[in-house]
Amino acid sequence: MKVLVTGICGTLGRLTAVKLLQHGYEVIGIDRRPWLEAPEGIELFQFDIRKRPAEDVFRTHRPDAAIHMATVTHLVRQSPDRMRVNLYGTRAFIHHCNSYGVKQAVFAGRHTFYGAAADSPLYHTEDEPPMSAHTFPELADLVAADLYAASALWRYPEIVTSVLRIVYTLGPSKHGTLATFLRGPNVPLIMGFDPLFHFIHEEDAAEAIVTALAHKLHGIYNVSGPSPVPLSTIVRAAGRRPLAVPEALFKLGLGRLGLPHLPAGAIDHLKYPIVVDSDAFRRATRYTYQYDERETINSFRTAR
Amino acid sequence: MLDNLLTADPEVAARIEALDLEFNKFGVDPYGIDKNDLIRFVSAFAWFYRFYFKVDVYGIDHVPAQGRAILVGNHSGGVALDATMVMGSMLLDAEPPRLPHSMVDRFIHRFPGVSQFMSRTGQFTGNPDQAKRLLRAERLILAFPEGARGTAKLAKDADSLVEFGTGFMRLALETNSPIVPFGFVGGGEALPTVANLKRLGRLIGVPYVPVTKWGLLVPKPTRFQLLYGQPISFEGTGHERDEVVRAMVDQVKERIRDLIRQGRQLREKEISEDDLVL
Repeated sequence: MKVLVTGICGTLGRLTAVKLLQHGYEVIGIDRRPWLEAPEGIELFQFDIRKRPAEDVFRTHRPDAAIHMATVTHLVRQSPDRMRVNLYGTRAFIHHCNSYGVKQAVFAGRHTFYGAAADSPLYHTEDEPPMSAHTFPELADLVAADLYAASALWRYPEIVTSVLRIVYTLGPSKHGTLATFLRGPNVPLIMGFDPLFHFIHEEDAAEAIVTALAHKLHGIYNVSGPSPVPLSTIVRAAGRRPLAVPEALFKLGLGRLGLPHLPAGAIDHLKYPIVVDSDAFRRATRYTYQYDERETINSFRTAR
Repeated sequence: MLDNLLTADPEVAARIEALDLEFNKFGVDPYGIDKNDLIRFVSAFAWFYRFYFKVDVYGIDHVPAQGRAILVGNHSGGVALDATMVMGSMLLDAEPPRLPHSMVDRFIHRFPGVSQFMSRTGQFTGNPDQAKRLLRAERLILAFPEGARGTAKLAKDADSLVEFGTGFMRLALETNSPIVPFGFVGGGEALPTVANLKRLGRLIGVPYVPVTKWGLLVPKPTRFQLLYGQPISFEGTGHERDEVVRAMVDQVKERIRDLIRQGRQLREKEISEDDLVL
C-alpha cells in the first residue's frame, strides 16, 4: 500500500514515515524542506503542497492513502503565509485526494483546537466546539484547517477520512510547542495557576497516526497518551526551574526579559488545562501508548 | 509557594492514601488531584476543622462508602464555609474517607492561587459535562443548588432556603446517582453577614463582597451541625419536563429543610441526638 505524507520533513512527519516503512507501507513524501538523511525507501519531493508540482505527485504516483502533516503550528511564526499554508494547504490536500483516487486520508491536527478556559470541562470530547478560535485568535487558522479537513467527511464520504486531534508531543527531538516552551533552564509560569498539560511521546504520536491509518478510521478522534500532569511538575521533571511570574508582568514582558515570544492568547493555555478524552480512539483501535508520563519527560530531558 | 510551608500530618496522610483515587507516577490522578498537595492542605485544614471550628456530624454513614452519589445541601451564609466543612467531614471523619468534588461557581477559577488550589484538590467549575464524567467514574459530587444566591443569604436568613436550581436532579437522573441530602447549621453565627456589596464585587470579579457584623470577613470560632439524611434515589432519564423535575427537586428541598430544622433544634438543645430522624 502506497502512502503519501505531506510535511514529511517535520519531526512528527519523519517519525511517522519511519513507522510506516517498518509496518511495510510504501512511503512517498512532499515537503518544502529537505530531509538530507532520509531512510532508504522513502521517495521525497521537495514541493509546496499548494503548488502544481505537488498535484503532479498525486497524479503520477496515485497513492492509496495520504497523511496531511504540512501545517505550520509554531506560534512564534505569525505571518499571513502561515495561515495560507494551513488553510490552502489543507484544501489542496483534500482536493488532490478526491481527484486522484486516494482511498484514505488522515489529518494530523492539534488538541489546542478546544481552547483553554476557566469554565470548560476538564476532558474534551470530539463533539465540542472549538473555543480557541475565540480565546486564542492566533490559532484560528489551525482550527479552521481542522474543521475544513473534517468537512471532507461529508463532502467526499467515499474517502475514509480521519481527523486526529493529538495532544502536545514531547521527546528526544526537542521539537514542538511544549518542548520549545521548556527550552531554557528557567521556565516562566503564571503565578497562581498550574494547568494540567496533556502530552504524548512523539514516537507514540507517530504510532497513533499509523494506527489510525491501519484501522481505516472514519471520523474525528482525540489522541492522547498517559494522563495529564500539572505544568509545574513537568517543568521540574524536565530538570528546569519553574519561575512564577504574576500575570500582568508576564503579559508586559512577553518576548522580553527571557520570557517566550507568545501571543497574548497563549496566556490562557498557561492558566487553564486542555485535556482530551481519547476513549473513542482507544476503543476503535485498541491503541496503547508505550511511554508513560515520566519516561516521556525523561526522553526529552536526557536528549542531547 | 505556600504549600511548601505546610507540613503533613501523618494521620491525614494515611487518610489521603486510603482515598479511592488512581495516582500516577507523579502522584497526580487523571483529574489533576495531587496527593501531596492534598495531604498538606488537608493537614492544615484539619486544625481549623477540629479546633477552630467544631463540627457535630450526624448520619455520616448515609454517604455511600463507594460509588457515585451527589451530596446536596444548603448554603448557610456569607462564604462557602459549609462546603469546606462538608469536605472536612468526608475527608477527616468518614470511614473510609472520600474526596467530594464540589461544583464551584465559574468566577472562582479566574483567581490566581485559588485556581491552582482548587485544581489540585479536585474542585471544578460547575459544568454538567464535568459532573457527569465524575459520576460515571464513581466519584462523589458536592452540589449546592442554591448557588451564589445561597451564600448571599444574610445571617438572619441563614437557616432559610432560596430557590433551587434543577441541574443536580437532571444529573442524578441521567447518571442514576443517589442523592444524599444534608443540612448545615451555624454558618450565620460564624460569619454574621449584614450586607453584601455588589458593586465592589463586580469591580473585583466576584458576585458580591459580604460584610460581617465586625466588618472583616473573618469567621469566629463556631460549632456547626451537619446532618446527612438517607440517600434518595429517583427514577428517570434526566430529560423529563421541567414540572416533573421541579417536583423531585422540591422533595429534596423539603428533606433538606427538615434536616436544617432538626439541626437548629439540636443547636438550641431543644432535642437530643436520639430524637433525630435522618
